Amino acid sequence: MPVDLMPASADLIRLLPEIVLTLMGTLLMVLAAILRKRSSNAYGNLSIAALLAALGAAVYAYTRQGPAFGNMLVVDGLATFFRALVIVVGILTVLASYRFLRRQGAETGEYHALLLFSIAGQCLMAAANDLIVVFIGLEISSLASYVMVGYLRDDKRANEAALKYFLLGSFATAFFLYGVALVYGITGTINLSGVRAALTAPESCLQAGAGSVLCVQNWLAPWPIFLGVAAALLFVGLGFKVSAAPFQIWAPDVYQGAPSPVTAFLSTGPKAAAFAVFLRIFMSAFEPGGAAWEPLVWFSALASMTIGNFAALRQSNVKRMLAYSSIAHAGYVLVALTARSADGAAAVMFYLGAYAFMNIGAFAVVGHLAGKGERYQDIEDFGGLGQKQPLTAAMLTIFLLSLIGVPLTGGFFGKFYIFKAALESHLVWLTVLGLLNSAVAAYYYLRVLVMMYFREPSQAAIEAEPLRPGLRAALLVSAVATLFLGIFPNWVLDFSNKSAAMMK
Amino acid sequence: MGSVPISWFLTLSAVLFALGVAGFLFRRSIITVFMSIELMLNAVNLSFVTFSYQLKKVDGHLFSFFVMVVAAAEAAVGLAIILTVFRNRKTLNIDDVSSMKD
Repeated sequence: MPVDLMPASADLIRLLPEIVLTLMGTLLMVLAAILRKRSSNAYGNLSIAALLAALGAAVYAYTRQGPAFGNMLVVDGLATFFRALVIVVGILTVLASYRFLRRQGAETGEYHALLLFSIAGQCLMAAANDLIVVFIGLEISSLASYVMVGYLRDDKRANEAALKYFLLGSFATAFFLYGVALVYGITGTINLSGVRAALTAPESCLQAGAGSVLCVQNWLAPWPIFLGVAAALLFVGLGFKVSAAPFQIWAPDVYQGAPSPVTAFLSTGPKAAAFAVFLRIFMSAFEPGGAAWEPLVWFSALASMTIGNFAALRQSNVKRMLAYSSIAHAGYVLVALTARSADGAAAVMFYLGAYAFMNIGAFAVVGHLAGKGERYQDIEDFGGLGQKQPLTAAMLTIFLLSLIGVPLTGGFFGKFYIFKAALESHLVWLTVLGLLNSAVAAYYYLRVLVMMYFREPSQAAIEAEPLRPGLRAALLVSAVATLFLGIFPNWVLDFSNKSAAMMK
Repeated sequence: MGSVPISWFLTLSAVLFALGVAGFLFRRSIITVFMSIELMLNAVNLSFVTFSYQLKKVDGHLFSFFVMVVAAAEAAVGLAIILTVFRNRKTLNIDDVSSMKD
């Protein structure tokens, strides 16, 4: 039988963002080798062009929604939302990296290539509808980001961070993979739609390709237990990637040791992509078994919020403090997942959108102030920043207020939708404890604000160089987006509601 | 697989996986820790192939190839990272690589 190996053009269009990113990433690597020029702003410009092209491709793919490559990928609202989000995160990261890379005297060609590969992996995760595609996307994204964390080869802290991220990341991936294997054994498929079908009608027979019919046998009986184990293993793997408790141990060390722009990227891009997978697996494929995994997520949400916020209180290093805060934020998002409703899914999407901008902005300011070799990261170093650099301080204020969840910022509506969804699903205790947690969190964010505006200028604030155009653009875009989401939330919320409703 | 029951293969796979987890948690040499992760991945491969045989479907075999390819890529990146750590610190003991503290 002749086999048509050429994929249909509709399939290719639905994979276009990944294709663009991979080709451009490869091109960057080749260029860096051919031109023998290891650092140049041109590489950054080229990668921004690639990301803009990928963003266009993602939007174009949205006009041709549907499954691709035998239902291994699916382009729908959810996929498009997260693709666009991680690409925008990438653009902001590139903007924030220009000055940083030059100051450290780092090679830029490979850096941008790795960034593009990582984003390609995350786009693939966002659109994946098959557990093996999820796994491959996860690995493409992770392998590139392991290298990015250790990109400054001679920096001892960065080395250590890369090593920890690599070892714990691969450890988590192995758990995820074991979960995939069990799902395959139980349902006979790893296609997420297939898994859902198998779980909805476990007794009936599944259509397995060309006319043959495969019956799910109860040979793994009693298989609800194995199914629970499989779900738990998948949860462990993804929990590591989103730095949810009790799998958060790596996050503070990695976020502190990694170069600041990379930290900004890590705390938003891979996290958003992993939550996209979370939504697909737990809200769609495993949705029929919801009652079984809900307590697991409930516990993890509460533990992440509490551990993150209370540990952040004790930090004097701002980068490390923000790392703990990002654990807490993963907890808030998990609250929305615990709600197990379309509103909850929409809240997850909205929150991750708002969180991406405010967190990238905050880490970018930290990287800006830290100076060469990232010397200044302590809270005292923020003293007098409001006096020395009013614009930088004003924007950091916006990001921190949004992280607290003050009205008129994206963070406020993000939290509002999350806790609203949780209340509607009768998660009263989780909501109360979550709100108490946000009150605790306000303390350590406000401490930085007080430092900036009510203290004499520190050495770091005096030495800080003026904002360069790239970084300024990144901060302005993030600040404007944070305020925009806080004043006109409906724009994004409508889209996420629509996508969440389509997901089933 | 003849007369050996399926459950034996699955048990072996689970035991190998558990050994990998134990190695990861308790060994102190970075290289051994890394090898433990590889052991876990190969344990999963065994599961995939067993399930594939049981279900009379070929895709499980394909997944195990994907896993092998990814494991190879991971080894390349991982060994490079381990090498830079060794260059900077002259040690491969995991307890000596902890400069960041609360």
